[in-house]
Amino acid sequence: MNPDLQRTHGGEIRVDLLLIADMIEPGARILDVGCGDGALLRHLARAKEVDGRGIELSQAGVNACVAQGLSVVQGDADTDLVNYPADSFDYVVLSQTLQMVRRPRDVIDQLLRIGRKCVISIPNFGHWKVRWKLGMTGRMPVTEVLDRQWYDTPNAHFCTIKDFVLLCRDLEIRIERRISVDKQGRRMNIVNDGPFANLFAEQGVFVLSRQGND
Amino acid sequence: MSSTQRYDEAVAGADIEVGHTAELGVDAPLTLDCGVDLGPFTVAYQTYGELNEDRSNIILVCHALTGDQFVTGTNPVTGKEGWWPLMVGPGLPFDTDRYLVVCANVLGGCMGTEGPKSIDPRTGSPYGLSFPVITIKDMVRAQAMLLDHLGIEKIFCVSGGSMGGMQALQWAVTYPGRVHAAIPIGSAVHHTAQNIALHEVGRQAIMGDADWRGGDYMSHNTIPKAGLSVARMAAHISYLSEAAMHRKFGRQLQDRDAPSYGFGADFQVESYLRHQGTVFVERFDANSYLYLTRAMDYFDLIKEYNGVLADAFEACPTRFCIISFTGDWLFPTPESRKIVHALNAAAANVSFVEIDSDKGHDAFLLDEPEMFETIRGFLRGAAEHWSGNTP
Repeated sequence: MNPDLQRTHGGEIRVDLLLIADMIEPGARILDVGCGDGALLRHLARAKEVDGRGIELSQAGVNACVAQGLSVVQGDADTDLVNYPADSFDYVVLSQTLQMVRRPRDVIDQLLRIGRKCVISIPNFGHWKVRWKLGMTGRMPVTEVLDRQWYDTPNAHFCTIKDFVLLCRDLEIRIERRISVDKQGRRMNIVNDGPFANLFAEQGVFVLSRQGND
Repeated sequence: MSSTQRYDEAVAGADIEVGHTAELGVDAPLTLDCGVDLGPFTVAYQTYGELNEDRSNIILVCHALTGDQFVTGTNPVTGKEGWWPLMVGPGLPFDTDRYLVVCANVLGGCMGTEGPKSIDPRTGSPYGLSFPVITIKDMVRAQAMLLDHLGIEKIFCVSGGSMGGMQALQWAVTYPGRVHAAIPIGSAVHHTAQNIALHEVGRQAIMGDADWRGGDYMSHNTIPKAGLSVARMAAHISYLSEAAMHRKFGRQLQDRDAPSYGFGADFQVESYLRHQGTVFVERFDANSYLYLTRAMDYFDLIKEYNGVLADAFEACPTRFCIISFTGDWLFPTPESRKIVHALNAAAANVSFVEIDSDKGHDAFLLDEPEMFETIRGFLRGAAEHWSGNTP
């Protein structure tokens, strides 16, 4: 399988997915958008007995998921989210996918229309290594988290943690939680908001909800 | 076979052995969509595997246009292997060591279930065109009556390809409480204009054959061989992809080194199609072909739900696994995607897989390991959420 789909390492679920799983209540209805090989859905079904569904763009990923008994459809976050009714899920998860969609802003709107809450993780383009590489070499940075050359990456829209927070403010989205994450996907013991996180977190994980929605 | 072969000779084989039969609609008739009350009527069916104690391990298989109840093993009428031997059997995706697989010949068919070639009790002669027009929903209702008759309330899974997929969809929509899981393969919620057009070519070929005799060929002891054969040939083209056909035949000549400068079967593909046509005539009733193609053309779940397909699946508890094939141009992936979008809109539980195959519409009958893996996994997941004894 395409390594981009793999959400497990040596049979273990990726730690950043575990972090996301921790935020989800048992028995919740969840939609995992860009669910890859279904590792998160599988983990949540086992550990928290959630009613989980998935959307995945790659056919190989979808087939792998369905062959494991997961309810996953082949689809595109940019075009297929509109088909879901409002408030049909407790949580919609978008893990390491926002930067790949064509219209991130519309996708976020859709996620919060479909779900009561939304868990999004993004790679942070504001991390000091990225800034350093771009600043010092004048070339698009290739790091452990952003590990592809510019011409070879599926990523279309990079943002920094600060950019993302500002977009949420523009869209009147409430950020309920934010966690700074290192390159392995582990929680970092740093202040989770402000310039410090934007400089030192390699990834950001956010729990979002609509304002006025309690 | 000569074109003057008598009807009763041609179909004699079909009456020898049709497996199990059930007499249904004895107490109350089946009211068909066309308004006619049908009953009593016969349904012929086969079962594979054993029923478990709490009657919770049933997989209902719905056959396609020219299929029948003989899913696997030797078909006693044709002497050939059943139509889904790779799917149904011990250790196969529809594992007969665990499930009881039931398949009934559809209403309007010609393999023992009531159809245009059955005897009309009012006249003592075959129905012919006086047989009422059948819909996919009528077929499904008849199957439901069969399951009632067999004492089976809930189905673990219903599945079929093409017209069988239409029935699987209709099952989940009409009897949502009875269907735990549904696997429509290479199917659609309605025929496109192109689908209808192709069927119409087949029907016109049959009806244009002088031996069809206005549908009354039985009493004239003729059969519209040429017409039915052409119908089958045209349909067969639509079941294959261009790539599959080219791989199989290319431009190869049949039993000759050079073109004959005539109109014999010079090309292998011609010879193959002629053979398909001839073989088909031996086992299939021409009027049945008219009725069943009509049922597919009339099928329209979108229209049944006033233009909103999602309403068909409102509060439907069935778990769906929709499967399409990249090389299927007769029921292409966008038709399956339409179903998926409607199921999503109804917040139904759906999986959707498009299998990479260039074998055309017929791929669902063939060796497609990814389809088998998908179905095995889907059934495993469905079993985890099944209240009956986990099959």
